[in-house]
Amino acid sequence: MMTAVWIILAVLAIGIYLSWTAGRLDRLHARVDSTRAALDAQLVRRASIALEIATSGLLDPASSLVLAGAAHDARGAAEEDREIAESELTRALRIVFEDPGQVEDLRARLGGDELVGELQTAVRRAPMARRFHNDAVRSARAVRRHRIVRYLRLAGHAPYPVTFEMDDEEPPTLLPGGTATA
Amino acid sequence: MRIGVVCPYSWDVPGGVQYHVRDLANWLIARGHEVSVLAPADDDTPLPPYVVSAGRAVPIRYNGSVARLNFGFLSAARVRRWIHDGEFDVLHIHEPATPSLSLLACWSASGPVVATFHTSNPRSRAMIAAYPILQPALEKISARIAVSEYARRTLVEHLGGDAVVIPNGVEVAFFADAEPEPAWQGTPEAPVLGFIGRIDEPRKGLPVLLEAFPRIAAALPGVRLLVAGRGDEEEAAEGLPDAVRGQVTFLGMVSDEEKARLLRSVDVYVAPNTGGESFGIILVEAMSAGAPVLASDLDAFRQVLDGGRAGELFDVEDADALADAAIALLRDPERRAELREIGVRHVRRYDWETVGADILGVYETVTAGANPLMGQAD
Repeated sequence: MMTAVWIILAVLAIGIYLSWTAGRLDRLHARVDSTRAALDAQLVRRASIALEIATSGLLDPASSLVLAGAAHDARGAAEEDREIAESELTRALRIVFEDPGQVEDLRARLGGDELVGELQTAVRRAPMARRFHNDAVRSARAVRRHRIVRYLRLAGHAPYPVTFEMDDEEPPTLLPGGTATA
Repeated sequence: MRIGVVCPYSWDVPGGVQYHVRDLANWLIARGHEVSVLAPADDDTPLPPYVVSAGRAVPIRYNGSVARLNFGFLSAARVRRWIHDGEFDVLHIHEPATPSLSLLACWSASGPVVATFHTSNPRSRAMIAAYPILQPALEKISARIAVSEYARRTLVEHLGGDAVVIPNGVEVAFFADAEPEPAWQGTPEAPVLGFIGRIDEPRKGLPVLLEAFPRIAAALPGVRLLVAGRGDEEEAAEGLPDAVRGQVTFLGMVSDEEKARLLRSVDVYVAPNTGGESFGIILVEAMSAGAPVLASDLDAFRQVLDGGRAGELFDVEDADALADAAIALLRDPERRAELREIGVRHVRRYDWETVGADILGVYETVTAGANPLMGQAD
């Protein structure tokens, strides 16, 4: 009789543990999805504002072309080319706004200040969103690596989470206060 | 936006995290957001209207220092009720890896959670042991913020994952607009050095500065040193030669206004700290007030001073290096003017305008990602 009670208790305990782990994993997958959606939104926003600046007529034509090309490619990139296209846009932004004078000049023009402000926000938030996403991916992977999760396939059909890797270093001239060097 | 903020440390005791939470709450409220702060506090402490007391905190030794925290069954129930009643769009938890309200809040949270990590510690055995306990709770955090690159490194080493760096904020205008105090201002013959910090806490580095001071006085006979901060001044001044004792003035504890005026007045602000700093807000305050900064070469200070471009650095605990650097700086008004100018520009990234907008950006990022997917179960 006692043995039967112990067995039932053990089965119950294992069941609770498994269901808790499955819930934990489910929450982590939801976090991966939501951070990825947030990252997408930020990247699209960044490309849109870059395109808006490029087509505003406030920049010189050469810079406009470079920026418009990169922003357009980033927006239209297929999933597998996305990381490269977004990195290219980052580089284009860094090159176009390499000179603090360029930023000052754009700010001084009608409507330019607002555009620079929006771009500043966008180039700051994209890296944030990417870190949050990659952090979520890492947490989900850590749990999915547990032996029990793998053997019992607790992850179900959820795809194995992948990080988003790109160059997202913002142009230093767009940092608040610019660079500290005089 | 409805924002719930959890502060793990007792509201009765002043501290960096508490100030940060207070300033953040004020900044957000001023911009029309609804903020509720849950913090431990004694029953008789007067609290601002946005703070909800989580009861009295217990002093406990954790991770090398004594902190006043609360935890346990009753606290957990209180936290759960506060989260439930608050219906927050986002929950912002400070220092979630301590056994405190913050960890409890993480445990009970269900919506988007943002967490800020303030400390930087070398990897310890205790933290490694705590890792499996913390992990399930910390998994709920959708966005992690570290207050410095150094704090971020600690976080990555201890807990894995990644975080964005958003520094602590400073009310730059408060320091920039303070009125200088004539008695604390220097002249070319009698320049003034300033120091602010606990004088009986060796890690703040006053002993190093006092050791260097006779050498500075030998090169610049009129030099004065103003020391502001709590502690026994007799004990602190014991090692000073009588000849220079008169050139060192102890001001005792100063108010925030006096601190700003002091920083506005001095020719050079010295931060001789020997360790244990994860950020160095005082350096930002000094730069905001237009004081050229001379600081020890700690990782956190190097970071705040932009690798030495926004202020001078000297080797940690090296009194001779401090003296040489101070003498050079006090003799070079042009360099001081240059540092002042760079400093004023550099601190813009630490101004609450910038920092607050970044934190709000994080809130928006996590809520934007969470909302459309919340009801979309697959």
